[in-house]
Amino acid sequence: MHQTAEFHKRVKNALDNPQLRNNFRVAMDGLMEKRSNAFPDKKFLEELRITGSKLRANALVKQADLLEQLEANCTRNGIQVHWAETIDEANHIVLGIMDSHNATRMIKGKSMVSEEMELNHFLEAHGKSCIESDLGEYIIQLDHETPSHIIAPAIHKSKQEIAKLFKAKHPDIPYSEDIETLTRSARNILRSKFYEAEVGLSGVNFAVAETGTICLVENEGNGRMCTTAPPVHIAVTGIEKVLEKLEDVPPLLKLLTRSASGQHISTYFNMITSPRKPGEKDGPKEVHLVLLDNQRSKIYEDEELYDSLRCIRCGACMNHCPVYTKIGGHAYGSLIPGPIGSVIEPQKFGLDKFGILPTTSTLCGACGEVCPVKIPLPKLLHRLRYEQVRDDHTGATNGQGSRRSTKEAMIWKIWSWAHARPTVYRTGTRMASLFRGLLPKSMGPWTRVRSAPRIAPKSLHELAREEGFDNE
Amino acid sequence: MSNARANILARLRANVAKTPIELDRRFESPDWSRDERIEQFCKAMRSVKTEVHQVNENDWQDKLADLVKEKKLKNLLYAPAGPLADKIESAWKKHDGLPELITREVDVDGWKEELFFDVDAAITSTRSAIAEVGAMILWPTPEEPRTFSLVPPIHIAVVEADKLHNTFSDAIATEKWHEGMPTNALLISGPSKSADIEQTLAYGVHGPVELVVLLIQ
Repeated sequence: MHQTAEFHKRVKNALDNPQLRNNFRVAMDGLMEKRSNAFPDKKFLEELRITGSKLRANALVKQADLLEQLEANCTRNGIQVHWAETIDEANHIVLGIMDSHNATRMIKGKSMVSEEMELNHFLEAHGKSCIESDLGEYIIQLDHETPSHIIAPAIHKSKQEIAKLFKAKHPDIPYSEDIETLTRSARNILRSKFYEAEVGLSGVNFAVAETGTICLVENEGNGRMCTTAPPVHIAVTGIEKVLEKLEDVPPLLKLLTRSASGQHISTYFNMITSPRKPGEKDGPKEVHLVLLDNQRSKIYEDEELYDSLRCIRCGACMNHCPVYTKIGGHAYGSLIPGPIGSVIEPQKFGLDKFGILPTTSTLCGACGEVCPVKIPLPKLLHRLRYEQVRDDHTGATNGQGSRRSTKEAMIWKIWSWAHARPTVYRTGTRMASLFRGLLPKSMGPWTRVRSAPRIAPKSLHELAREEGFDNE
Repeated sequence: MSNARANILARLRANVAKTPIELDRRFESPDWSRDERIEQFCKAMRSVKTEVHQVNENDWQDKLADLVKEKKLKNLLYAPAGPLADKIESAWKKHDGLPELITREVDVDGWKEELFFDVDAAITSTRSAIAEVGAMILWPTPEEPRTFSLVPPIHIAVVEADKLHNTFSDAIATEKWHEGMPTNALLISGPSKSADIEQTLAYGVHGPVELVVLLIQ
């Protein structure tokens, strides 16, 4: 299967790269420790997670009504609301806004939805320039890469690699591997970009229906710059980001920053409720909010899988994932990596395209345990594994049944038949023990990186009987 | 126009028999005295590299004069129609050798270049603050616009200890934010920073490089 072969190639490349593995190991260890330190009281954490999951679940239950309320309140406040079913529609909305201002220069704050839209490519193909201003995003844009982590996009790079990249792209700046110097260089380079930009683009962390307010969490100040300095601000968001009330924000903000980076609060929490009002001396004169569906309302249809829409994009699941830490974000081949990506991306783009992702997990349970809004990630990964082999054609998931193999289905049929018949089962295990020496040493993909399993001379039942245990 | 809106809403409403969630929105607040709030605020703010000075209502402007001299600022942007103006102007009359006080009471668009490249520092008031996490709350006004606390490399903010809330939830509830939000509401905790390179914290990215808080007791 093409996607599987490609995936294995990427995984092998990642595992063979000691620099990359070290970068991820060190960064993920650091992030796990920071999160742990931010939640010293486990009871407090548990209560907060319950609150957070309920607030998100409540917003999802009422999502259609809340989106209408958000639209009404934003419109009343002067924010122009646009709806997009597809990525293509969303891109054209953004392009249309730029064209209506004859704008060619966009400065961007961090937005995973704009990555999902591949907005930069789209706008560049239409003669616009888009500059990423988040430090991590700026670094990977310089190197023509995609993010390897949702909150730390350039986490796969070492400071030496970044220093070389800066030198190559900005030969006039003296070479330095000092992190503060590199950061300050980015400040100097981007300052004039903020100044010149005609349009600023941002994502959205929470959209509050009650007041029509867009909330942004950030540390660098680039988010504030993008939403304050240019004359036009466009915010793009997935429809699932809506919250019911303003008072729902603080608990979720607390969960988000602590889970993501161990911060008690981010440097900036930026709440935007309208464009510049008469008399005000700065801020954009136009604010647009683009609500993107792109399969979210389809995910919403499934009683179980729709839990994945609760996500607040903190990245804790990937930080704690033993698979992510080994192979890094790019190996997944999807925009969002790690456990949440392995649940969301196949649903968005189809199991036929990303069916390998739900198998990219040991089901150790760490992701579900740390998720601030209690998304049952292991359960959902499991469910998608089922979706990709079921053949009853009743599920709604895109690409359902695409990884079903007749051989595997047959093996499981025999397996369950045998396990339901004690005589067959007992004879089978006895035969397996007797002829265990005939088991091949090489067993396809399983033995490529593992030794072959060995059947024990005596079954567990026999051992138990010898020890004096019996069913009776 | 496409039917995106109708289609999305129809899909969301199609099969919803989703169980309503029972919510208890009484979020707990710590039982802190005024002194405890001050202590917690200072501690949290300093932990993110904010320079906090505890000052008095009557002479904070003298501390300001000392600080701007010490920092060898070329100029300081302030709001002549803002709540701090009288005190600032009196200090500039009283002390010698202070940086140039600048005011621009027109739309920022008209002097954006100067703001972006020539202003050393700006001073603003704050609406209130949050003790638990160490954050100031700003609702910028026509007198004290949004860019004052964002663009210049140094932001000096005056915070009143009497306006410290325990938590963000308390601030929203006590100040009844749901009744009317401003164009822009901000929580600010420390100078701008990034850990995007090797998860190592570096201060001074696109927002202010330094944040100085004058906390009026």
